[in-house]
Amino acid sequence: MSETSEPERLGVRKTYKLYIGGAFPRSESGRSYEVRSARDGRFLANAALASRKDARDAVVAARKAFGGWSGATAYNRGQILYRVAEMLEGRRAQFVAEVSDSEGIGPRKAERVVDAAIDRWVWYAGWSDKIAQVRGSSNPVAGPYFDFSVPEPTGVVALVAPQRSSLLGLVSVVAPAIVGGNTCVAVTAESAPLPAITLSEVLATSDLPGGVVNLLTGRPAEIAPWLASHMDVNAIDLCGIEAPALATELEAAAAENLKRVTRPPAGDEPDWFAEPGLGRMLSFLETKTVWHPVGI
Amino acid sequence: MFEYAPAPESRSIVDIRPSYGLFVDGDFVDPEDGVRFKTVNPATEEVLAEVVAAGPRDVDRAVAAARAAHETRWSTLPGRERAKYLYRLARIVQERSRELAVLESIDNGKPIRESRDVDLPLVAAHFFYYAGWADKLGYAGFGPDPRPLGVAGQVIPWNFPLLMLAWKLAPALACGNTVVLKPAETTPLTALAFAEICQQADLPPGVVNIVTGAGETGRTLVEHPGIDKVAFTGSTEVGRQIARSVAGTTKKVTLELGGKAANVVFDDAPLDQAIEGIVNGIFFNQGHVCCAGSRLLVQESIADDLLDQLKRRLATLRLGDPLDKNTDVGAINSSEQLQRIRLLSDIGEQEGAERWSAPCELPDRGFWFPPTVFTGVTQAHRIAREEVFGPVLSVLTFRTPAEAVEKANNTPYGLSAGVWTEKGSRILWMAQRLRAGVVWANTFNRFDPSSPFGGYKESGYGREGGRHGLEAYLDV
Repeated sequence: MSETSEPERLGVRKTYKLYIGGAFPRSESGRSYEVRSARDGRFLANAALASRKDARDAVVAARKAFGGWSGATAYNRGQILYRVAEMLEGRRAQFVAEVSDSEGIGPRKAERVVDAAIDRWVWYAGWSDKIAQVRGSSNPVAGPYFDFSVPEPTGVVALVAPQRSSLLGLVSVVAPAIVGGNTCVAVTAESAPLPAITLSEVLATSDLPGGVVNLLTGRPAEIAPWLASHMDVNAIDLCGIEAPALATELEAAAAENLKRVTRPPAGDEPDWFAEPGLGRMLSFLETKTVWHPVGI
Repeated sequence: MFEYAPAPESRSIVDIRPSYGLFVDGDFVDPEDGVRFKTVNPATEEVLAEVVAAGPRDVDRAVAAARAAHETRWSTLPGRERAKYLYRLARIVQERSRELAVLESIDNGKPIRESRDVDLPLVAAHFFYYAGWADKLGYAGFGPDPRPLGVAGQVIPWNFPLLMLAWKLAPALACGNTVVLKPAETTPLTALAFAEICQQADLPPGVVNIVTGAGETGRTLVEHPGIDKVAFTGSTEVGRQIARSVAGTTKKVTLELGGKAANVVFDDAPLDQAIEGIVNGIFFNQGHVCCAGSRLLVQESIADDLLDQLKRRLATLRLGDPLDKNTDVGAINSSEQLQRIRLLSDIGEQEGAERWSAPCELPDRGFWFPPTVFTGVTQAHRIAREEVFGPVLSVLTFRTPAEAVEKANNTPYGLSAGVWTEKGSRILWMAQRLRAGVVWANTFNRFDPSSPFGGYKESGYGREGGRHGLEAYLDV
């Protein structure tokens, strides 16, 4: 009897879908698009091509999640963000491979990217119960009143994630939006959407309530206009919009309900390895001032 | 109601010139392409003076002066020197306070009691407060050496003309910016008087420029490519246009827009105080207040008692001559605004709400509207949704705290809100849930230069006042 060699095992591939309201639906449009490796051009997956309806569903999910998430204690939100870092660390190897393929960078560089993304969650986790002390105040008004100001989340934030940095860039715009209690809908890097969807699996297993982060893969130029003009979106970060004409159009559309707009960076994508500073967090925080008389 | 003898404040303290130019580069100048129009006393319709509606070339000139002043003088001046200029401005405002209060009441129509006791003290306080920041910006939490933005284009409304000027100028100058400011079409006179104050203070030419005019002048200023910052207080509609017009530019923008504030009264509220708070909330300054408590949400169980008492109180308000020291309710600022208040009130009646107006006699000349209360208002009524910007209160009821929150937040605006209850934990519970930039608990319509003010949602963005207010004028 001749020796039969075991045929090479065929891998089980993952279906990459959207992440809306804590679930993983396909695009309601039934559309998908081919994603290839930026390193060697080989086929990686068919990602869901999100539609206007998906964007609207995501906003509904984000709005629904807002009350619970913004009402959670800062300590609780910090723990959950830290939990995201833990889960990401556990899947480090998977992310290194995916980022390397998606962004066309070597494994060493990809390791640095993934490590920085994990550390970014840890950094923002710590801010949850500190930002109010750094940015809030007690105001010495000239009268018998106790007067204080606190930062509060603005509501539902739409994010157009950076187009090149598919994981670290995404984390760097999502974490500052949600740490203060906002919920968000993010449109991921068009040509490198896979790390984002794998990140959604991390989010789904980190005690982050469904709907706090919603991720849409597809074309920013197609989906972002619906988010920019959506009347139940309170703020929009145009970070990943590279065409100035489109950025202008989206900012103008956002004016309809006075969204808080974060304009795209001038020139290239920022250096995502640098310490972020408070800017992105504060763009999505309102200041509420409360007065009460002092007396007997 | 007691009869009071008239107690008019003398207007001889003000000297209104027949005609004013624009204040550019430290001098009053004739317009290049602006045209002249008249400003009137809304209480008498008497013409007060002729002012200029600045044209594009006039605005160009003012922006150029501000740019030159920024580069050659103001931005390089040490903070402690800028501070001293601002302290000077504060002091001169205090010295000329009576005159400015009378002038404000004449041009705006607001009671002298309010311009004298509220507007002017706050104007001086605002300059005094921000003066102190000018040499301490490195400690404000924006990095060790935060830089100014450059030239600020500022457009302000007619409801608190000089106070809004102070809110805009003081932080801008403290941070090292220079300014082109456009006062409202109907209330230019105190801004022009302030231009003289800048001269008296020896403020370097071009640091403050004042271009009068209407909406078109404001648009020209806001869209001018030579400015780095837009600050606007006014209607949400104009705020939207500004937000659109700056799209694609690098201009930094802050907008303080309209409101439809809920004033929520629980059944355990101290009723006498709440009544005064409701009156102050909506009838202060003839209701020409963006943060006015124009929607009264009263708990159902006390609604009838509260309304009886409110109407009794409103019947004692004195409407009339703004310069009379006994006057509570002055003139509506313009005939256009009066038309809008009448229109929305008529719609309120047509939509089925019940209208009640305080029984007061309206003067024959000028623009007047009596304090008015609508009951039986639903959330769908236009008087419950749109900003009337006049002395018109819409009354709605609620049963539970959750319903109060739901109704209070059911508006695209989010500028302010009021809560009246004796229960401390409920105050804080409500304050957390009201989606508004300012929450007044057991008080209403309080302002202070150290207290951040500004809206959520369609009430605009950015904060004025306090440390927070610096951010709008720094490159951070």
